[in-house]
Amino acid sequence: MALTPVTPSSTSFTASTTAAAGAVAGLFIGTSQGNAFLGVIIGALLLAVIAFVALQMRDREKAIRWIILAGFALAGFLMGGLSAGIMGALFGWFFGWFIFWIGETRYRATLVPYLTPGQVLWHYGFRVICGAIFVFLITPILVVLPLSFNAQDFFTFTPEMLRLDPEGYSLKHYRDFFTSQDWQLSFRNSVIIAPIATVISVTLGTLAAIGLSQSHVPGRRAIMAILISPMIVPLIISATGMFFFYSQMGQVLENNLGLSKTFVGYVKVVLAHAVLGIPFVIITVTATLVGFDRSLTRAAANMGAGPVTTFFRVQMPLILPGVISGGLFAFITSFDEVVVVLFVGSARQKTLPWQMFTGLREQISPTILAVATILVVISIALLTTVELLRRRSERLRGISPT
Amino acid sequence: MSDTTQSSPVLAADGRPLKHSLNRALRRQKMRALALILPLLAFVLLTFIVPIGQMLFRSVQNDIVQNTLPQTVIAVQSWDANSGEAPDEAAFAALAADFKTAVENKTHTRVGSRLNYETPGISSLFRKAGRKAKRWDLETDGPFKEQFLDIDEDWGDPAIWRTIQKFSPPVTSGYFLNAADMQLGDDGVEFRPENQQIYITLFKRTLFMSMIIMGSCILLGYPVAWLLANLPSAKANVLLILVLLPFWTSLLVRTSAWKVMLQQQGVINDTLVWLGLVGDDARLVMINNQFGTIVAMTHILLPFMILPMYSVMQTIPPTYLRAAKSLGATNWTAFWRVYFPQSVPGIGAGSILVFILAIGYYITPELVGGTKGVFISNRIAFHISSSLNWGLAAALGTILLAAVLILYWAYDKIVGIDNVKLG
Repeated sequence: MALTPVTPSSTSFTASTTAAAGAVAGLFIGTSQGNAFLGVIIGALLLAVIAFVALQMRDREKAIRWIILAGFALAGFLMGGLSAGIMGALFGWFFGWFIFWIGETRYRATLVPYLTPGQVLWHYGFRVICGAIFVFLITPILVVLPLSFNAQDFFTFTPEMLRLDPEGYSLKHYRDFFTSQDWQLSFRNSVIIAPIATVISVTLGTLAAIGLSQSHVPGRRAIMAILISPMIVPLIISATGMFFFYSQMGQVLENNLGLSKTFVGYVKVVLAHAVLGIPFVIITVTATLVGFDRSLTRAAANMGAGPVTTFFRVQMPLILPGVISGGLFAFITSFDEVVVVLFVGSARQKTLPWQMFTGLREQISPTILAVATILVVISIALLTTVELLRRRSERLRGISPT
Repeated sequence: MSDTTQSSPVLAADGRPLKHSLNRALRRQKMRALALILPLLAFVLLTFIVPIGQMLFRSVQNDIVQNTLPQTVIAVQSWDANSGEAPDEAAFAALAADFKTAVENKTHTRVGSRLNYETPGISSLFRKAGRKAKRWDLETDGPFKEQFLDIDEDWGDPAIWRTIQKFSPPVTSGYFLNAADMQLGDDGVEFRPENQQIYITLFKRTLFMSMIIMGSCILLGYPVAWLLANLPSAKANVLLILVLLPFWTSLLVRTSAWKVMLQQQGVINDTLVWLGLVGDDARLVMINNQFGTIVAMTHILLPFMILPMYSVMQTIPPTYLRAAKSLGATNWTAFWRVYFPQSVPGIGAGSILVFILAIGYYITPELVGGTKGVFISNRIAFHISSSLNWGLAAALGTILLAAVLILYWAYDKIVGIDNVKLG
């Protein structure tokens, strides 16, 4: 969408801007090769010449951009092998795009016409800053993924990995995860505990959220504050409180009801995790209920449906997206929880995060990175589900995304 | 309207006054709502609020001395603590009798370690005396003052007896004083010796680092929230995923990622060395110190800052900024006088949330904080699981909880807990 009619910039402006960009790139490559000053000079000159030549043949843009890309890729490959070649191709793609973006004044086309040059510069400078923050947010998660395929027992990129040598990569950490008794036990425990805790918190939480959303609830604010408190109270305090409470409760259950120690252990951890998940269910379900049209339940009652029928046939289908995303929040809370399970559980209830925690503190093994990768994939799946549900809920409630 | 309808009450179909019927219906509605809430409320109260209350009570609870040494406690009451000598034979005889029962129940070492928190050295005195006391005959083996002094000269030290006297009531302020680096000295409350003061430093550090984390979250979160709020929604939704993905990723995954990034042989150091910015022998130390904790926690808590800011900024019409500029404001004035004041609620909501979460953090400081970058939570965990000084852990926990609850209350006033949004 072009807001502003643009005319091509002057060649000298384009060449000098591109030269500045080249100087920055040259600075990095120069420092890594041992001579920063020479790098800056070569980078600036090279890019100025390329920009000058490219702008003489503006009408053959596509071909020129391919040539620049191929040239940079080849130069990188000759300097440092396959991975440097890929880096070079990226640089080439960027510079090819940059020359024409500046040269054809495309940067101006999507902005409103009355901006001053300073404002245009700030507009893009601001986007670069935001980009850097996004990189900060996402890099740690992305770095883990390739490292989990490391063939060595290192937490860092080996020279083989940087050369993209297949020898440097292997699935051995994944194999270790799937064959190690410790990891398998903890994985099974996580898969047992999280869903049960989620079911408890979703059932109780949804009922309570429905109760809370009615008009005329005495002490609504106080009740809400109590129900949200597990999210606010520092986990270490919850954990110590539960530690004493559940050790007493566990003894009572074991001695009086004759239940096995393992079973009681699971009950303790499940109940503790259920409490921690409740605030998330309450918050998401009440948010969904705010947009719920109360006259629908009255209409259902009017046509002879009892409260139970009304709930399952009218209310539930409408608030289901909120309930499910609340449930997913509760699930991830339990699945990700380590402090409380450290205090309440015993070695038999060791969960995945617990195993990762001891792994990180005591024996640092790269199997953790394989587990981390699996968990990242799981969280991407959960995030996608929640996003889709949110959109569906908005559609159902007639709120179109603005 | 006729006069009759005004004088006699309006009746419902069943002949009752309408007002009563309505009241009854309202009452039934209230009961039904409460019945729906009650199971959860009971569950949370029973398994969350009560345990925490119990735990907090441990911070003042001190019935162990009275329960284990009942006769001594009575005998020592009449002793003048400032007399400069140990009490007379009666107190020692009472102590011997108490020891006899305590050794049978094996509780004397527990009192010993309880009193050892206050006066170091008592624990071993109690253990030694316990071994001898097993063989005593209360009727014939007196006088016990000499017996005790035979075991260890220190039993004649009035300081030991002062400690027993001071900590005989069932409720104590000792743990709280300890948590504030103070102790119950001979003439009232006093500060502990310089080399034993750790908790005030730790509290200060926890607050200071939480502030820095909150500040860096504001600095990094504000531009991103602004960008998200001002982009067309299709693009904003794509970028929002980059914010939500860290939010949904396991805490331990992110912490281990930062361990991988920050360590001396880690990704950042490797890159810096490759670029030649840092010598191979002068790699930066970025982990196991405060820097590591701050970077990792800023990353972990950043989504909690961006999301509330974003939801507030979405409601600010972009036309205001344009109107300000067309009235002659410079870019900065338009932002500072028009846009920023409207975004303050978002900053407030995000800041309190991040601060509350930060001061209670345990896992990340434990893993990347080393010794200099740990928080008060780590000390609480240490006292619960390693040093077993539960009373002190409870006192530290109470102070931390009080701070959090004040912030929670402020959050409720400013934002309202019903307005918390997730994702």
